Amino acid sequence: MSEIEFLNWVRGDGLNLAISVFLLGVIWRLIEIFSLGRKPDLSASRQAAGASGLHTVFRRSLPPPGMVKRSPVSYIGGYIFHIGLAVVVFLFAPHIKLIESLVGLSWPALPSQIIDLVAVITLVAMVVVLVDRFTKPVKRYLSTFEDYFTWTVTFLPVLTGYLAVKHLLLPYTTMLALHILTVEILLVVLPFTKLFHAFTVFGSRWFNGHVNAHKGVPV
Amino acid sequence: MNRRPTVAEQLAKRGVSRRAFLKFCAAAASLMALPPSMAPAIAEALGKRTRPSVIWLSFQECTGCTESLTRSHTPTIESLIFDMISLDYHHTLQAASGTAAEHAREQAMAEPGYLVLVDGSIPTKDDGIYSIIAGMTNLQMLKETLENAAAVVTIGTCAAFGGIPKADPNPTGAKSVQALMDEGLVPRKPVINVPGCPPIPTVITGVLAHYLTFGEIPELDHLGRPTMYFGDSIHDRCYRRPFYDQGKFAKTFDDEGARKGWCLFELGCKGPTTYNACATAKWNNGTSFPIESGHGCIGCSEPDFWDAGSFYSALSMPTKPLDLAAGAAVAGVVIGAGVAFANRSKKSSAKAAHKATGLADLEK
Amino acid sequence: MSASLDRGVQVLKEMIDTPIAIYFDSCVHCGLCAEACLFYTETGDPKYTPIHKLEPLRRIYEQEYTLLGRLAKMVGLSKPVTDNELEEWKELVYNSCTLCARCSLVCPVGNDIVYMVRKLREGMAVSGHAPEGLIGAVTRTIEIGSPMGVRLPAVQAQMKHVQEEIGIEIPMDMVGAEYMVMLSSMEIMNFPEYLGAIAKIMKQAGKTWTLCSTAFEATNAGIQIGVSDLAKVIVNRIVEGAERLKVKTVISPECGHAYTALRWDGANLIGRPFTFKVLHILEVLEDFRTQGLLKTEGFETTKMTFHDPCQLVRRGGVFDPPRNLMNMVVKDFVEMDDAGKYNWCCGGGGGVSANEEAEELRLEAFKIKKRQVEKTGAKTIVTACANCRIVMEEGLEHYQMDVPIVGLTEMIAEHLVDKS
Repeated sequence: MSEIEFLNWVRGDGLNLAISVFLLGVIWRLIEIFSLGRKPDLSASRQAAGASGLHTVFRRSLPPPGMVKRSPVSYIGGYIFHIGLAVVVFLFAPHIKLIESLVGLSWPALPSQIIDLVAVITLVAMVVVLVDRFTKPVKRYLSTFEDYFTWTVTFLPVLTGYLAVKHLLLPYTTMLALHILTVEILLVVLPFTKLFHAFTVFGSRWFNGHVNAHKGVPV
Repeated sequence: MNRRPTVAEQLAKRGVSRRAFLKFCAAAASLMALPPSMAPAIAEALGKRTRPSVIWLSFQECTGCTESLTRSHTPTIESLIFDMISLDYHHTLQAASGTAAEHAREQAMAEPGYLVLVDGSIPTKDDGIYSIIAGMTNLQMLKETLENAAAVVTIGTCAAFGGIPKADPNPTGAKSVQALMDEGLVPRKPVINVPGCPPIPTVITGVLAHYLTFGEIPELDHLGRPTMYFGDSIHDRCYRRPFYDQGKFAKTFDDEGARKGWCLFELGCKGPTTYNACATAKWNNGTSFPIESGHGCIGCSEPDFWDAGSFYSALSMPTKPLDLAAGAAVAGVVIGAGVAFANRSKKSSAKAAHKATGLADLEK
Repeated sequence: MSASLDRGVQVLKEMIDTPIAIYFDSCVHCGLCAEACLFYTETGDPKYTPIHKLEPLRRIYEQEYTLLGRLAKMVGLSKPVTDNELEEWKELVYNSCTLCARCSLVCPVGNDIVYMVRKLREGMAVSGHAPEGLIGAVTRTIEIGSPMGVRLPAVQAQMKHVQEEIGIEIPMDMVGAEYMVMLSSMEIMNFPEYLGAIAKIMKQAGKTWTLCSTAFEATNAGIQIGVSDLAKVIVNRIVEGAERLKVKTVISPECGHAYTALRWDGANLIGRPFTFKVLHILEVLEDFRTQGLLKTEGFETTKMTFHDPCQLVRRGGVFDPPRNLMNMVVKDFVEMDDAGKYNWCCGGGGGVSANEEAEELRLEAFKIKKRQVEKTGAKTIVTACANCRIVMEEGLEHYQMDVPIVGLTEMIAEHLVDKS
């Protein structure tokens, strides 16, 4: 298969398959989780301003007092690469075209030079976060194959995308095809690994906030 | 048999001065990215050359490639050079027809070492019935003609890669010349692919001039295309590249960005994945090329460019509708519902089986 | 003696719900929960990472309730939880966790880890993997009525003693009183001043109150060992008593888990909302203060700090009352770093202080509280949980620090304006 045929495949059948598996997986997993139900709380609730499930969904993104000092890489590295990923994925013009073709929505893009810079910063942050994972005792203790696998599957799309745009390493057609392929791999594994936190984080923060709001504690 | 007149002799007979001829050779050297010092070598080689025999086979084609070639058929040196090749068989250009035309081909085939040019793809389905010339299928004619050929030059994407007849669903089983050789259906000969839909006129003549001059196949890329013309992507030579790098894209064909000459990526330009000389040699004797005229590159010198999605879809967009998505969503609901049912019944069984824990249950 | 692994797994299958599922699926192994847990920060041992304490529960969730987990179990890619594993986890689930919930506040994806530990204890207990000390405590609570084995005669003796000392009657089983007051064993045995303080405050506020002969004990060892069925029996005594005496409000004493057990878990344990209010004594005092029914005079002269009992503040929502009450009688009130809902646990809640095997670990974890206190330069620590008091006293003694600890209610009572 020549590189242009490979590119046509990942843009065609490959994408069709990947998005389908992604949708199938997300829907199945969400139903699976919510099927277990939850008992209502019969105790008398306490009201407190600023305490609710929804508040926590947003507020939990802020570090609690003293925690950044205890684990700066987790917070700073984590913010940088999450925000970096969001910027690169959602504010790069070719990506916005893709999203427009899928859901019909579009918005202005950032200049490509800024995206390039953000991509590099994201890659660096991800490497730092990886190194932290296998040097810090708690993270190393907790980490399994899945942690390193999901890191790789998230890192490769950013790396291959940057290499493609910059015309580095391999000819553009091949690099672009690899970039799209790595994105497809990411889509396919997302619902079945810890990457699913992209969806469940809203639920977990909400439940936590809700339970504590019942007691009048804003968390 | 008469010795065929050399190119130099033919030119002199036509009234082309030596000076004009040398000017052409200098231009040809430059186009082939050769140093100016090569010009005399080209002149000598061309001058001494006898006109080699060329058989042009046209199969499932639209004749666009011939049209392109003849666009260099203005009173220019290129067209005269082409006359300097003994074009012994060409459906559109030859005077003869019927059995006389086929006879000319057979005569040319009698002296081994001729060059075969092919345009159009070759149908193979249903015994190749979709294209018959003089009672022979294209496949039979190609097989027979390649027997004593020195080399093959495919003119146009159809012959090089299958082109438009090969586009999904490929009803005629169209194949490229190289594919037929790889499958052992025709004799294996050196192939130079000159794709394009059509190729640039001076690219066609330039490849032939190279072959005439050096008597050998030029450097080819992994798809058999001469790197001197197909070595760079349109994108890498495009004058609008700075706008791509900055992310300044035209969004419609007549918006402000379009009028300012911004990059056409969002309007479907396939420049980044297309290898051809359009951005440098350009069309109409160097007048312009699609991007300069405000339309994105359609990628016509690449395999399967007709199946690479809409010409107006950007490279980041899907080439096919995502028709599996709806079904997959439904399947997700079904699987989820199945697991949900199993989960709920397991949980309620566990609840039903609950025996109130007493103190005795705390120790084994 | 019918505890078994199978029973444990069955109970955990009942316990697992959508929140637990979503918490496990959200965990990204960031390890920040460890940085919030005093058992990790003071020992540096990663096995005390809170989410790691839940590993058996996670595997049971995946193997029982997810399609891929079930398949993995079938083909042997996921090992079932074994009895030995639960035995190994006993230390993590009971010795190194006080249910303080700091981890739940810190987890960036919002996991309520304490909720899950509490549920895991249900399975640990009925599979025979709860600590001896807790089994003893809950046995005594169920059979005798209190984890420290205090019976009604002992309570009546204390009542008599306090009555004589302060000259105020201590009512028992008074139908129609507004408040039903409960005590914790710790108070009855170690801090009898609390009962006297209540009597004085109620008298000043002009409120009717009573003890209940069948429900004087607030401590719920069932919550600490993690067996809802037993916790329910204990709560039911209180509910029965409150309903029989037709009181408006039941007062939970200066005890952390007693408040959690009654105020938040109680209605869910008995399966219906309460017909009476439940308030912590500090909430009652705060109500009296805002209504002008609590009059104090004079101020403490030493520098004082306040230790936030986890179950009261972070898990109970009672932040402001202790501060407001402190400010009534303390001139030099200095807050610890991280005071309020992020304060550090004393290290002895959640059953840890009743668990002898956990003593060494608990004392090591105490170092953070020690540092907090030292940094304030306070000469006295005030708190509102009798268990915190005992645990901190033991801790301070271990580190040879001479800082007395007092209960807030008792301190307020000492400053009541004496009208007589």
